[in-house]
Parts: sequence; C-alpha cells; structure tokens
Amino acid sequence: MRHYLDFEKPVADLEGKIEELRHLSEADGINIADEVARLTEKADRQLRATYAKLTPWQKTQVARHPDRPKARDCIATLIAEYTPLAGDRAFAEDSAVLGGIGRFRGRAVMVLGTEKGSDTETRIAHNFGMARPEGYRKARRLIELAGRFGLPVLTFVDTSGAFPGIEAEARGQAEAIARSIEACLSAPVPVVAAIIGEGGSGGAIALAAGDAVLMMEHAVYSVISPEGCASILWRDAAQAPVAAEALRITADDLKRLKLIDAIVPEPLGGAQRDPAAALAGLADAIGAALAPLLGHDGPGLIARRREKFLAMGRDSLI
Amino acid sequence: MSWLTEYVRPKIRTLLGRRDVPENLWVQCPACEQMMFHTDLEKNLKVCTHCGHHMRASVTERLAWTFDAGSFARIELPKTPADPLRFRDSQRYTERLKSAREKTGLDDALVVAHGAVGGHRAVVAVMVFEFMGGSMGAAVGEGLLAAARLAVLQEAPLIVFTASGGARMQEGAVSLMQMPRTVIATQLVKEAGLPFIVVLTDPTTGGVTASFTMLGDIQIAEPGALIGFAGARVIEQTVREKLPEGFQRAEYLLEHGILDMVVKRTELAATLARIIGLLRVKELEAA
Ligand SMILES: [Zn+2]
Repeated sequence: MRHYLDFEKPVADLEGKIEELRHLSEADGINIADEVARLTEKADRQLRATYAKLTPWQKTQVARHPDRPKARDCIATLIAEYTPLAGDRAFAEDSAVLGGIGRFRGRAVMVLGTEKGSDTETRIAHNFGMARPEGYRKARRLIELAGRFGLPVLTFVDTSGAFPGIEAEARGQAEAIARSIEACLSAPVPVVAAIIGEGGSGGAIALAAGDAVLMMEHAVYSVISPEGCASILWRDAAQAPVAAEALRITADDLKRLKLIDAIVPEPLGGAQRDPAAALAGLADAIGAALAPLLGHDGPGLIARRREKFLAMGRDSLI
Repeated sequence: MSWLTEYVRPKIRTLLGRRDVPENLWVQCPACEQMMFHTDLEKNLKVCTHCGHHMRASVTERLAWTFDAGSFARIELPKTPADPLRFRDSQRYTERLKSAREKTGLDDALVVAHGAVGGHRAVVAVMVFEFMGGSMGAAVGEGLLAAARLAVLQEAPLIVFTASGGARMQEGAVSLMQMPRTVIATQLVKEAGLPFIVVLTDPTTGGVTASFTMLGDIQIAEPGALIGFAGARVIEQTVREKLPEGFQRAEYLLEHGILDMVVKRTELAATLARIIGLLRVKELEAA
C-alpha cells in the first residue's frame, strides 16, 4: 500500500481508479487498457504539477514520508561489505545512529547515519532517529577511527533532532553533540554529508559539518522544526506551514544561502515513489563530491573545511 | 591582523560613577522574597545577601567584576548580514533587532573585551541575555571568532560567559551553522596552546550549549544556573515523566560530570585568576 500525503489526494484518487480498473476482468469492458493509459497520463501530469510547486511545509511532509529511503536503505544500496560497528565504549550502543565500515564504489569508507525506522517496530528500535549522547559519542569514535585509517566519512542524515530526554541531558547531550561537530571538523579525511530527509537542528549538524554537504531535492534542513518555531514565535503550532516558509528550510533555500554544496535531484513525485532511482542519484552525487576531495592531504582538508564554514553567513542572503 | 586594527577602538570604562541609585532603595530577592538594600546587593555582586540566589547581571557588571579594578577595553565586532532570511513572524526580524538595540545599546548579543584578570592578560566574551534572549545568530558567531582571534593575537586565554536561550530562530540555518563556526573558534584558541574557559550563567540552553559552550578546557557555572540542551517542557512532553528535583541546574550538571566546578560569583574572579595562573606555565617559562 502506497502512503499518500494530504496534498497528493488528486493523484491518489486517480491511481485508485487505475487500480480498480486493473482488477476488472477483460470481459467487463473493452477499452480498459485505453482508460488505464489515459488515467495514468493524467495522474502523471497531476503529480508533476504538484511536485513542481511544493511549499516548504509540503516538502517537510515529503522529507518525513514513511516510504522515503532511510539511512539504512542508503547503506544497504550504496555500501558493499558493510560491517556495522557498535557502541560509544562508555555507556551504551545507540541504535538511532548507524555506523560502520564498508566500500563505496570499491573504496573503503566509514559510514554514519541517523536512522528513523520505517514501521512501528523499527521506529521504536531506532528511537525515531533521535540520538542520545551515546550515538554522538559513537559517531565521534568512528570519525576518529576513520581518520586513523584514512577512510573517507560518508554520513546520511535523517533526524528530527537529538533526543530530548532526562537521561540524555544527565549524560551530556550538549557535550556529545559539540564533540561530534568537533570530530567532523577535525577529521584528516574527506567528510561528505547527505541530508536525505529531515535535517533537524543540532542533532543533524553533529553529523554534517563536512567538506561537502548534499541535500536531497525534497529534504529539509532547519535550526528548529516548523512546529517548534511556530509554537514559540507564533504561539501556535498550527502555524507550522507559515513558519516552514519563514525559516527557509528547503534545499533551494540552503543552496542560495551558500550553506550546502549540492542538491541531489529526486525522481518525479519524490524519492518515496522510486527509491532505487533516488539512491542511484545520491550515489552519483556522493561520488562527484568525494572525487575532488581525495587529492588533498589531512591538514589541507581540515584547513579547507574550516575556511568553508568560516565563510558561511558572511554573505548569506536569501 | 587587519580586522583588529580596523575594529579595536579601546574604551576604558570603569564601574565607578556608573549610575546614581539612591542608597536607601530596597530590592526584593526573587528566590527568597526577602528585602535588602540596593547598595548591599550591588556590593555583593547581585547575590542575595539572605539566600545566596544569583540574580542576572548586566554585561557592564560582568566585565567590571571580572577584570582587575573593573578596567577593560571593549572591541568593536565585525558586521554581519542583518537579516539573511528576510524573516518575519508577527514582527519583522529587523524590527526586533532594532528594538533590542535600542533597549540594550548594543549591536547584538555578544560583547568582547580585553584587559587583565588577576594580573594575567585575558580576553572576555559575554553573551547578553537581554538581547533577544542571548540567541546566537551570525553576529554572535562572528563575535566569538573575533574574540578567539584576539586571544590568539594577544596570547591570552579566552573566557566566555554564556547566557542564551539557544539559536536565533530568525536566522534559520545561518544560525545553525554558528554551531560549527563557534567550535572552530574554540579550536583556534586551543591550537595556540591557550586556555579556553567557559563560565555558564543562568540560563544557557539549546544550540549554544551543544557547541562552543561545552568545549571549555575548564567548565565553570554559577550556582543555580539553568543549563541544558533540550527545553524542560519538550522533555516532559516527550518522556511523560516528572523532571527530577534540580534538573538542568548547575549543581545537577556538576554531579553528572559535565562541569568542573560551581563557583559563587563573589569568588569567581579570584578562581579565574588562579586557574589562568596555573594553566599558563608555558608563558611563565618563556618569560
Ligand atoms: Zn534570596
């Protein structure tokens, strides 16, 4: 069963009709094939029109779509010989942060990702992609490990943010995030980050202070969720669509603000409609971002990365 | 070095003759509700003479209390794009900035000064909670970088007093990027072999805690200061549990290993001086 978002209702209606027609036996009508073709074309047109002008709030819904490829799918598709590594060596393993070594297009790499899960069971198992301090400490450990062995770091970011919990605070959530950012900035190896769905605040930047930051076309990246911003500034969470607009959270916005490096195009109707095509595009974008970084030595990479972040905001203007 | 010659215009300010308050003015402590003389409260660095509650301090007071003889030179901070997103909620961001500037007489939520602390050269940056909740946008990030560069240039430790509600939402992802940018500021100071000391004051929360604030070589907090990443209300809504007594207070963080010490304001300047003296072995050996 395909999940349709509210604003996809016209498409859902058309595709529902197509399904019904397909279930009719040949004897019932003569022109079923013609009708299916006609409706398919119409649905396609409708989808194209809808996705050509998604609002930031609609993009937020797409970015959070349950069928969108998650970090786990990125790793499964893009990384060969994936060998998961666990634990922060201090307190626990945090399954909201996936990490391990493997090969990307033949090259050994370190992979990190925030995993939201895609059904009730996996969502609970991965704590809805909200990492605890242990997750960020594991990330830092693995980034340092990558640095020692000269492995480029690839990250797949998809999180509403760091977990807001009593124990998370007690165990130093803020410090863990700060150290993870520091580890990204200090890595003597290329760091390529991809915001694949939701790039939620500090919990996202913890894994995204990289040489190259890519955003999927319909991903969002924000300092606060539109709902959170709306409830603070508008004192009404229902104003989230307005806040989403004001916060400039889309890939186009971030690119224009010079805060990300590239946008990865998605198939028509979003990555959730054709995950294989979406991931193929992501692989190409990562390959293209990684290639020019491989020629630099460790100190050179760190210096470039630092310069890149220092330049940010100086002339950022929408 | 060019930014420094461009921006530094030393202004020596002292605490003396700052303002005229009638000596017999009474002040009520918001914690214990007891009354005390305004002058007694001032003399006690805005710490309640009855219960020890630390009241919020102004930037001028912070700087005066920290530097020897209350004497320091403020530096002008680099300008940043004022409204990168053209943001508006019920009010334009530019309007909010304007009224915050009028209210505080400052350009943004950070002030940087240099002078002597216990006879040691030091650079001090103070976040201004009165300026849009001390929130961190490009100006605060750029200001911290300027403070770090000044510390490196002067071979002086950097002391940052934090007070912030977190990110400057009105600057969206530009504000988020100040997290890595201020982490770089800490790296500049540390790579130069200089101490980076953080004094967390009430309140310090959100993205500000999850960046430079938690990377101090030494982490100090004032008694009772609220310090945390996630807001108490968000946590309560998420975990549906009652928050423990003293949660996210300085003493709680000390107990959980996140701070080196909780220091009373009246002992803070002396503590900073002692720490700098102990950490600056290399400087003394070179002299
Ligand atoms: Zn009191």
